[in-house]
Amino acid sequence: MSGGIVISSPFAGRLNRTDRLMLQVILALIPGTLAMVWYFGWGVLINMALASAFALGCEALVMRLRGRPILPAIGDLSALVTALLFAITVPPTLPWWLTFLGIAFAIFIVKQLYGGLGYNPFNPAMAGYVFLLVSYPVEMTNWLAPAIPEVLAAHDLATLSFVDSLRLILTGTLPPGLTWDAVSAATPLDEMFSQLDHNSTIPEILQSPLWGDFGGRGWEWVGNWFLLGGLWMIWRGVISWRIPVAVLAGILLPAGLFWLFDPQAFPFPAFHIFAGGTILGAFFIATDPVTACTTPKGQLIYGAAIGFITFVIRHWGGYPDAVAFAVLLMNIAAPMIDHYTQPRVFGHGRREET
Amino acid sequence: MIAILAIAILAAVFGLLLGYAAIRFRVEGNPIAEQIDALLPQTQCGQCGYPGCKPYAEAIAKGEAPINKCVPGGTTTVIALAELLGREPEPIEGGVEKPKAIAVIDERECIGCTLCIQACPVDAIMGAAKQLHAVIASECTGCELCLKPCPVECIHMVPIPTDTTNWKWPFPAAVPAPGTQPTAADPAATAGRASV
Amino acid sequence: MASPPHASQSRPGPRPLWTFHGGLHLPDEKALSSGVPLATAPLSPLLVIPLQQHIGAPAKPLVGVGDRVGKGQLIGEAQGAMSATVHAPSSGTVVAIEERPVPHASGLSAPCILIETDGRDAWAELPPPLGPRPDPEALRERIRWAGIVGLGGAAFPSSVKLRVPAGQRIHTLILNGAECEPYITCDDRLMRDRPGRILAGVRLLRDLLQAEACLIAVEDNKPEAIAALRQALATGEDLYGIELVVIPTLYPSGGEKQLIRILTGKEVPSRGIPAQIGILCQNIATAAAIAEAAEEGKPLISRIITLTGRAMGQPRNLEVALGTPIKDLLALAGGLGSGLRQLLIGGPMMGFACDDLGMPVTKGVNCLLALSAAEAPDPGPALACIRCGACAEACPASLLPQQLYWHARARDLDQARAYHLFDCIECGCCAVVCPSHIPLVQYYRFAKTECLAQEREKRQAEHARQRHEAKTARLERLEEERKANLRKKKEALAEKPAPARASASAPAAAARTMPLADASAPADSAPVLPAGGGAGSGAGEPGAPSGTVTALAGSPGNPGTPGTPGAPGTPTADTSAVDPKKAAIAAALQRAAEKKAALARQGQAPKNTADLTPAQRRQVEAAEARRRELQAAESASSGREQP
Repeated sequence: MSGGIVISSPFAGRLNRTDRLMLQVILALIPGTLAMVWYFGWGVLINMALASAFALGCEALVMRLRGRPILPAIGDLSALVTALLFAITVPPTLPWWLTFLGIAFAIFIVKQLYGGLGYNPFNPAMAGYVFLLVSYPVEMTNWLAPAIPEVLAAHDLATLSFVDSLRLILTGTLPPGLTWDAVSAATPLDEMFSQLDHNSTIPEILQSPLWGDFGGRGWEWVGNWFLLGGLWMIWRGVISWRIPVAVLAGILLPAGLFWLFDPQAFPFPAFHIFAGGTILGAFFIATDPVTACTTPKGQLIYGAAIGFITFVIRHWGGYPDAVAFAVLLMNIAAPMIDHYTQPRVFGHGRREET
Repeated sequence: MIAILAIAILAAVFGLLLGYAAIRFRVEGNPIAEQIDALLPQTQCGQCGYPGCKPYAEAIAKGEAPINKCVPGGTTTVIALAELLGREPEPIEGGVEKPKAIAVIDERECIGCTLCIQACPVDAIMGAAKQLHAVIASECTGCELCLKPCPVECIHMVPIPTDTTNWKWPFPAAVPAPGTQPTAADPAATAGRASV
Repeated sequence: MASPPHASQSRPGPRPLWTFHGGLHLPDEKALSSGVPLATAPLSPLLVIPLQQHIGAPAKPLVGVGDRVGKGQLIGEAQGAMSATVHAPSSGTVVAIEERPVPHASGLSAPCILIETDGRDAWAELPPPLGPRPDPEALRERIRWAGIVGLGGAAFPSSVKLRVPAGQRIHTLILNGAECEPYITCDDRLMRDRPGRILAGVRLLRDLLQAEACLIAVEDNKPEAIAALRQALATGEDLYGIELVVIPTLYPSGGEKQLIRILTGKEVPSRGIPAQIGILCQNIATAAAIAEAAEEGKPLISRIITLTGRAMGQPRNLEVALGTPIKDLLALAGGLGSGLRQLLIGGPMMGFACDDLGMPVTKGVNCLLALSAAEAPDPGPALACIRCGACAEACPASLLPQQLYWHARARDLDQARAYHLFDCIECGCCAVVCPSHIPLVQYYRFAKTECLAQEREKRQAEHARQRHEAKTARLERLEEERKANLRKKKEALAEKPAPARASASAPAAAARTMPLADASAPADSAPVLPAGGGAGSGAGEPGAPSGTVTALAGSPGNPGTPGTPGAPGTPTADTSAVDPKKAAIAAALQRAAEKKAALARQGQAPKNTADLTPAQRRQVEAAEARRRELQAAESASSGREQP
C-alpha cells in the first residue's frame, strides 16, 4: 500500500520552514530601513528594489543554467535577504551598475558557484560589499549627510529628493547646482578615525555638530531601530542570542579597556556600537546561519572574534568600517571552530558513581 | 657571509635531528599488503585474476595490480583501497555489482562426486563421496568457484533473502541536489507516502 | 535515598528533578482517547503469533500443525539466553506455522504460528501462583517462562534485564509511566484502572532487586493517573521505598536515559546499560504483567493498545489478545475515516507505517494511529540544510544532528560514528524542528543499519579468511606428508642390497604400474590399502587419493618411467625367486598405508566424514570393497598379460 518505499518517522507536523525564517528576517529589517529613509533619503529603498530585482534575476538564471526548478529556489527568499542586506550596507548614492556588479558577484560566485543555499562558506552580501569596496573605493564611500537641520547648516549640505536620488542612482548625475561636496558627508566612523589619524583628541573631535547623544547623528537612530528588529528576531526564535551578544561584547570589551587606558585617543565604547554597521552586523549579518558557527560555544567564540577584529581594523586598519572584513575572516574559521567546540554528548565524559 | 653560515648550520642541525628521529622513533607499521588484505572481502573467488585475496593484496602492494578488480568487494572496497593507498578510485572493471548470493545445491541432481568440495576455498560444502553434498549457508561467501567443477550443474546462486534481521533502512528518497528541490516529475518526490 | 518505613506517597518537600538538554513541547493529543474507559476486545477467529516479538533470537515452536492448544499454553520456547517464550493467547487449533507480515518498519514477513480459536477461551494448565514473597530465582524463572518483555515498545526480555551482572547492585528502580509520545494513552489507562496491580509488580521487583528506592515517574499531563496511583499508595500495604514522582511534560522524557537523568541527575554511559550505574528502568505495564504472572500464574498473552488519531472513528484503548490482526480491531474503534493520511503502528514520533491490516498485535505494539491530513501534513521536498542549528538545540542527546546528516548523506560512516551516531535515540525531535524539512532520522537509521551491515560483513570476511587459511594450511601439510612418505620410500629402496636390486626393483616397478589398492600379489597379501584407499577417497580429501596413487605408483599408469628397468616384463620371470622380497615390500607398503589411513581417520580427515553413522560407514566400505574387486580383477588381467 505504500508503494514499496519506506519512510521513517517522525510523522508529526513540522514546526518551521526556511522561507518563513527568511521572511521574519526581512520583517525585522523594516524599522531600521525606515529610519534610514528618514535620515538619508530614498536612495536606500531604490537600491533595495534594484538589488532585489537583480538578485532574484541572477538566481533564476543560475537555476536555469543548472537545470533546476526556479520557483522553489527563489521561493526560499534567501537571495532576497542577501539583496536587502547588501543594499543597506552600500551608500544610497551607489550607481545602479555597481549594485548589479556587487549582487552578481554575491549570487553567482559567492553563493551559487559553491553549490547554492547552504553550501557557501562566505556571507554573500558581505563578500559583494567587500568586492565593490576594494574595486571602487570612491563610489563606495560617497555617503550622504543626515537630514538633521543643524548638521546640514553647519556643513552647508543639502539633501536629495526622491527624484534626485533616482536620477543619481540611475544616471550618476546630481541635480543641477549641487556638487558632491554639497551632498556627501563622512560617516561618523570615517570622521572619527580620520581625525584621530590627524592626532586630534577625542574631546576635540566631539565638538563637531555631527555628533549626537551617543553616536553620529542620524546614524545612532538607525542603529537603534535595527537593534529593535534584532531583538524581535531573538524573541521569535529566528536567531539565537549568542552571536549578537558575543559580537557586541567582542567590541565593547576591548573598546572599554582601551578607553579606560587612554580616553583622549580612544572613543567611548558606546560609539562603536552606534557607529557604522555594528548593530546590523551583529544581528543580521553575523547571524547568517549558513556561514556562521553552529555549535553554541562556537557561536560565542565566532561572535566575539568578529567584534574584536572589527575593533582592531577600525583603529589600526585602513578601512573605516570593518564589520564586513571581520565577518569574512571569521567565515573562514567557522568550520574549525565548530570542530573544536563540539558539545559534550549525553553519556560521555562524565564519571558517574556506581 | 654570516647569514650563509647561519643558515647552513641550522640546516645541518635540523637535518641531524630529523635523521635521528627517523631512526630512534621509527614505528613498525603493518606491512601494506596485510592492510590491503584486511579491506578485501575474503571470498577467495579469483575474479580479480589472482588465486585468492592475499595474492591480490600482495600484487597491489607491489604496484602490479590496479585496485578496481575486486568484484565482490564492489565500489566500497575500491574507495577504501583508494583512501588507504592514496590512489584514484576507478569503477570496477567489467563488473556489475551483483547482489550477495549463496550457492545452493539441488539435491535431486547431486551425484556425490566431491569436485565442488575440493573447489570450495573455505570448506563450506559438506558431504562425502557418493553422499549428498550440501552448502553450509552461513559459511558460503558467494565466490562461485564451485559452479564450474560440478559435472551435472546442480549448483545455483541464490540471492540472500532479506528478513527482519538483516533489513537495512533505505537511503532517504528524493534527496535534492545541492541547493534545489526535485522537480514535480521526480516520482520519488511525491511517492512514498504510505496511505491506506 | 532511604524513606521512612511506612507507606510513603511523596517525600516531605518536592523531590529534586533535573533536566536534559533539548526536547520539545508537542501537542499531546491525549484527550482523544484517554477518557474512554478500557474495554476488552472480543476474540478473533484467527490469531497470528509471531515467534519473535522481542529483541533477540526468535522462539522455537513447540507445537505442530493440527495440535490443539489451550489458553496460556507454551507454544514457543526461548532459544538461547537472549530470547523469550511465546504462549497461545487463546484456546484453539494450530492451523499453520508460516511466514506472515509482522509489525516491523520493513513490512517484511517472519515465521508465525497461526491459531484458529475455538471460542471457548479455555485455559491450559497454568503454574501455581507464587507466594507474596517469592524466591528470587523462582520469580525470575516465572518471568522468563511467562515471556514477559518490556511493554513500552522496546520488547527487551525482562528476565534478562532483571539478571543483574555480578558485582553490580541496583539501588534505584524506576517505573516508567511517563508515556511522553503524543496520542498514546495505554499506560495512562492502565495506571487509572489497575494501579493496584502495578504496585504489586513494583513490590515484587523491589524485593527481587533489593532496591532501596522505587520511583514511579508520571508526566504531569495525566492528573487522573496520578490521583489513582496516589490513592493506591495511600491505601496499599508493604510500600516501603515506593514513591510517585510527577515530572514535567516534555518529549522525550519517557526515554530511559532521559528519565534516569530527570530523576537522578545521572547519565547512563554511552553504549552502556543503566545497571552500570545501579539503576533499572521498567515500564509500568511490564510491572503489571510481572504481577499477573507471579500472582496468578498467567503468561503474557494480552496487552492494552491505544487506537487513536483523528482519522479513527472512536479513539479508545482496548485490551487485546496478542496475535489479533489489526483489522479485527478497527470496527471496535469506529473504523478508519475517509480523511486518513497515514496509518502508523506506534506514535507519530517513533512509529512506522502499517502496510498490511492483517498484521497482528504483538508484545511491542502499543498504539495504532490513524492520522488525518491535518495531523500529518506532507512535509514537502527537503531543502538544503541552512546550518541553523535548531536540530542541535532540540537534541536530547546533545548531539550535532547537522553533522550526522552531512556525513550520513555522504555515506561517510566513519565520520558519522565519530560524531556519536549510535548515541542517537531516534526520537525525531531534530526532524520536527528542521526548517528545511530534511528527513533527518531516516538518514541516521540508514547510517546505523549500514554500519551494522558493514561490521557483519567484516566479521564474515574475517571468518572466511580464517577458514581459507586453515584449508590452505591443511592442503600444504598433506602435501608435505606425501612428499615425506615418498622420500622415505625412496630411501628405503635405495638401501636394499645389490643382488636383490634387479628383482626388487621389478616388483617395485610392478607395484608402480599396478593400480592403487592392489600391490603385486593380491592373493597373498591381505587387502592392501583398503582402509587407506577407502578413507582416502571416501574422505574426499582433495588431492589425497591421487596423492596416494602417485606415492605408490610414481607416475600413475605410466609403465615407461625412466629408471624402471623393463618393468612390465619382469615380474613373472623372477616371481619364484623374489616372492619373499615381494611379500616383505608389500607388507611394508601396507603398513605405511594403514598408518596413513589411521592418521587420516583420527584428525586429519575433514570434518565432513568425522561423524559418519554406522550405516554410512557400511555403505562407504561396501563401495570400497566393490572398487577393490574391480581393481583386483583389472590387475589380475594385466598381470596375466605381462610377458
